[in-house]
Amino acid sequence: MKIIRQRVEQREFGDNLIIRVSARILVPFIQLFGLYVIVHGHYSPGGGFQGGVLLGASFILLALAFDLKTSLQFFPARTNVFFGNLGALIYTGTALVCALVGGLFLDYSALAALLPIDPIEWRSLGIFIVEVGVGLAVMSIMLSLYWDISSNGDLDEGL
Amino acid sequence: MKALALFATLVTGAILLYGTQDFAPWGDPASPASTRVSAYYIENSVRETHVPNLVTAVLGDYRGYDTMFETVVIYCAGLAVICILRRTKE
Repeated sequence: MKIIRQRVEQREFGDNLIIRVSARILVPFIQLFGLYVIVHGHYSPGGGFQGGVLLGASFILLALAFDLKTSLQFFPARTNVFFGNLGALIYTGTALVCALVGGLFLDYSALAALLPIDPIEWRSLGIFIVEVGVGLAVMSIMLSLYWDISSNGDLDEGL
Repeated sequence: MKALALFATLVTGAILLYGTQDFAPWGDPASPASTRVSAYYIENSVRETHVPNLVTAVLGDYRGYDTMFETVVIYCAGLAVICILRRTKE
């Protein structure tokens, strides 16, 4: 127990070769699986929330295996805030556009006025657009929660 | 103080457990949740939305208002943490 505590204090775990290499191999597959869960939400369990959490967890794994600076290199903080805003805006914007083109709020079939395909297909497509927005928002919020709480808001070093 | 907190927790838990006695049995077809909108979703959702996954259809279309504000709640939580904790360099 004492040895483990010493190693944690000297950050031997963070610089461990095995952890670094396995994280480097795992991260792309986690992100691919996250995208799959978002896109395949129409046909299997999943959707925006779950896929967004997976995408955010892949960057959190980067921050844990290397350090917080490395994850900031791959995903800058300003981009992160931008994606969070964009995700929330995609959802509310889609709902608002439905109302503006003459339907009810969140009634995706009204979007057929913009692009003339079958209104029922528009309902399916509208769910997909909305899920992408949810995924983006959840991904960036998950990541920024981890960044801010683990580094006390300084974004210099994590756990 | 700790004894008081434990007492409050136990009383609240007992009230909640007492409330579960009035729940319908699990999977009961005559329960209120199964008799009103569930049948409509099961019969019509694939025809009306062309989404094979019933859960996604209900979550994203029929209950879209609920999901929208779930997203907004998560967004507000993240925004609050950023506003309170984050210190910029410049």
